[in-house]
Amino acid sequence: MIKHVIALLLLIGLGAVFAGLMVGYTPDTVLNYTANYYAEQTASEVGAANIVTAIIVTYRGLDTLGEVTVLFLTAAIIALVLKRDRQPGFEAQHGWPPSGELLHTGSRLLVPLVLLLGVYVFVKGHLSPGGGFQGGAIVASSVLLMLLTDPLRRFSHRLIAVIESGSGLAYVGIGFIGLLLGGGFLDNRILPLGSLGDMFSAGAIPVIYSLIGLKVGAEFSSMMVNLSETEEQ
Amino acid sequence: MVYIAMLTGFILILMGLYGALTNRNILRMIVFFTLANTGTNVVLVSIGYMMGRKAPILDNAVPAAEAVARIIDPVPQALVLTAIVIGLGITALMLAYAYKLYELKRSLDISKCRELKW
Repeated sequence: MIKHVIALLLLIGLGAVFAGLMVGYTPDTVLNYTANYYAEQTASEVGAANIVTAIIVTYRGLDTLGEVTVLFLTAAIIALVLKRDRQPGFEAQHGWPPSGELLHTGSRLLVPLVLLLGVYVFVKGHLSPGGGFQGGAIVASSVLLMLLTDPLRRFSHRLIAVIESGSGLAYVGIGFIGLLLGGGFLDNRILPLGSLGDMFSAGAIPVIYSLIGLKVGAEFSSMMVNLSETEEQ
Repeated sequence: MVYIAMLTGFILILMGLYGALTNRNILRMIVFFTLANTGTNVVLVSIGYMMGRKAPILDNAVPAAEAVARIIDPVPQALVLTAIVIGLGITALMLAYAYKLYELKRSLDISKCRELKW
């Protein structure tokens, strides 16, 4: 009981702080200095129609590399903490009922479509809302659908690891090519910028974001596969 | 509009923290932490919103020349994209450790974990 009272008091204090923030907040009417720069320069410097993508992949590309590294660390730690090989005969002794006809047929129809949507979202990340992280999550959701249909299904860890590390290496490699040929690490101007709004525009951004999409999809898939394959002792 | 979104975000943060502080089930605590996480993201996005402006994507509706006057602030959106991804990583780690803890204690009750209690 006393714990609830302390928690409530804490939250009332925090709520007062939030209320103060909200009362003192006046929305901007013009863009601030940083946003102004991005709005003015993105079209000519980066050539990406989606300004958020331009910020994430080019202006703040190094941060995104760090973010992908954090995801990789998460996937690696989960694999380390949960990894345990199933004993032979586990499938037989576990009397799970088969998943229904509806889920089976539906997932056979949906998995290719979901994969296609994921690829579409990360390939067009420089033109439309979306990008590598969102597309990667959609790709991984098709893996989740397959796991829901058949919880005992085995996925090739080697394939996931090859996709994950290969796209990561290529991402860093493109960064270094930018250092050599362009203006700095992860510069997108190593490829022609093209005209704004075209499929092949914005230099290396579609390539980089597709690699990020593959890497994120592989990392999420490996997390889910590891969580699902862990066997209770 | 901005204030409604911001108020929603703050309420979500408070709800999440209250739930995380008062629940004893680890899985529920994780769910409430993700609720607070979502609230933070909503607040951040609402700060970047400006009335009557469009999403920061240059197309026919928002020509590049008029972008400064037509788009909302893209920086909070980029930040929130990062925050969502990191939040997912944290949630996945919490779930993995919760599983390990359950294996060890055979219970998801946090009050059964007394090793670090002072």
